Amino acid sequence: MLRRFRLEEPETVQEASQLLARHGEAARIYAGGTELLLVMKEGLAHYERLVNVKKIPHLDEVKLTDGFVSIGALSTHRQLLFSPVVRRHLPAFAGMEANVANIRVREVGTIGGNLCFAEPHADPGTLLLALGAKVIAAKNTGQREILIEKFFVDAYETCLEPDELLTEIRVPRLPARSGVAYLKFGYLERPSVGVALFLSLDGNGKSVGDARIAVGCVGPTARRIQEAESLLEGKSVDEASRLIAEAGAAAARASQAISDLHGSQDYKEHIVGVLLKRAFRQAVEQCRQRVEG
Amino acid sequence: MMASLMSKPRGAQTIPVSFIVNGKAYELEVEPHELLLDVIRDRLGLTGAKRSCDVEVCGACTLLLDGRPVSACTLPAFEARGRQVQTIEGLAENGKLHPLQQAFIEHGGFQCGFCTPGMILAAKAMLEENPDPTEEQIKHFMHGNICRCTGYKKIIESILAAAKKMRAPLSAKRKS
Ligand SMILES: Cc1cc2nc3c(=O)[nH]c(=O)nc-3n(C[C@H](O)[C@H](O)[C@H](O)COP(=O)(O)OP(=O)(O)OC[C@H]3O[C@@H](n4cnc5c(N)ncnc54)[C@H](O)[C@@H]3O)c2cc1C
Ligand code: FES
Ligand code: FES
Repeated sequence: MLRRFRLEEPETVQEASQLLARHGEAARIYAGGTELLLVMKEGLAHYERLVNVKKIPHLDEVKLTDGFVSIGALSTHRQLLFSPVVRRHLPAFAGMEANVANIRVREVGTIGGNLCFAEPHADPGTLLLALGAKVIAAKNTGQREILIEKFFVDAYETCLEPDELLTEIRVPRLPARSGVAYLKFGYLERPSVGVALFLSLDGNGKSVGDARIAVGCVGPTARRIQEAESLLEGKSVDEASRLIAEAGAAAARASQAISDLHGSQDYKEHIVGVLLKRAFRQAVEQCRQRVEG
Repeated sequence: MMASLMSKPRGAQTIPVSFIVNGKAYELEVEPHELLLDVIRDRLGLTGAKRSCDVEVCGACTLLLDGRPVSACTLPAFEARGRQVQTIEGLAENGKLHPLQQAFIEHGGFQCGFCTPGMILAAKAMLEENPDPTEEQIKHFMHGNICRCTGYKKIIESILAAAKKMRAPLSAKRKS
């Protein structure tokens, strides 16, 4: 059962931040409520005040700028799935959104709520790590830009200050000759393993320029795995594809997988390797299409 | 029913909600924590939507808000302010069943019927954006609606049949 709470409905980021500052631990932001109300219904947490941020204008906009795609934190999963900008410039992101949760959660749940709740079994964070995204945190007195690597601190914990709102996600536009793949696996409601790979080919299209690899869901937070990336960078595509199993093993070792309801550590580590191999094939294919096209 | 109508403590915050349910306008005062499912069932007496899992997984509580499916078990009623709510009770028109309802009967799309209101409303939302879905697309859209009885095959057949019927007037119009 949901206990009583008071609802605040600020119309600016500043007002929202002031409310959070004033009420401290007794208040929480409410966006879609798909995570928050569950926790509150189950009695795992109680907040006296919820700050509904959906009346603040422009926080659900998706825009293309020179350098990046700007995604408002209040965009719902469904909005992002159908956003022409996301579909055209970040097709892997749209594909990921199509498979988040179920239709009703996609309609109501926001990308900001997903990231801020920092539930380990979530998809977007992992992909955003491979995309090299940054997020904007705003409060009463100003805003700051945070690398997505720094955003996730632990399970259910981000680096946001108590009076800060996540307002925007900035995803760099993809260079030519690049590819992105996000693959997940799971048999429960939420994913057990998620693997994301960004790959770019260098000038002649024969060897790997940048690689960014991220693994999520298996441990407390999604993480970039630089050990695995450096195995691929600078190698010819053929060499890199021979090294991909080794990269998978490195990614699995560094992923901090734990045994839980979703599977044993070994099992998850194995799947990390399998998914990375598949992601590599998909990303290379995309790089080539972009070279030829 | 009376409990939720009357047990308002002094000083509790209330939020005016005017909304349209199945084409009929309502004005209510709700407290922030009241869930849409309870308001629709207990205050409006529309009991088609069911509470089952209570954690947004099963879809038995599905309602359409401005035509889009939501888990009413976890959505506060204030979210319905100024919006259109559709429940299974409002689907038949002038005593005539909606093609989805008819198809579920004809194709054995339900057994106990507990999941059926949610199934039909979700399917309605899907057909509105995709009138000619493939079986795969139906499975993807409907995977968040759980049925303990049918094994889903009959549900998919029912939706395909209804989709075909609902397209018929469209293609007839196109031809003329
Ligand atoms: C049944 C089910 C299945 C799911 N499956 C998946 C899945 O497969 N993959 C996946 O990735 N996710 C999954 N999810 C999670 C889903 O994506 C999130 O529930 C949703 O995105 C959360 O958004 P919200 O707006 O509802 O957040 P809320 O519940 O409103 O908020 C969540 C938390 O974030 C805080 N918050 C919200 N917005 C902000 C902001 N702008 N700034 C600062 N703090 C903020 C809130 O205070 C709260 O603590 C699933 C959820 C459910 C219920
Ligand atoms: S009762 Fe709401 S989704 Fe199951
Ligand atoms: S018909 Fe019984 S749950 Fe679906």
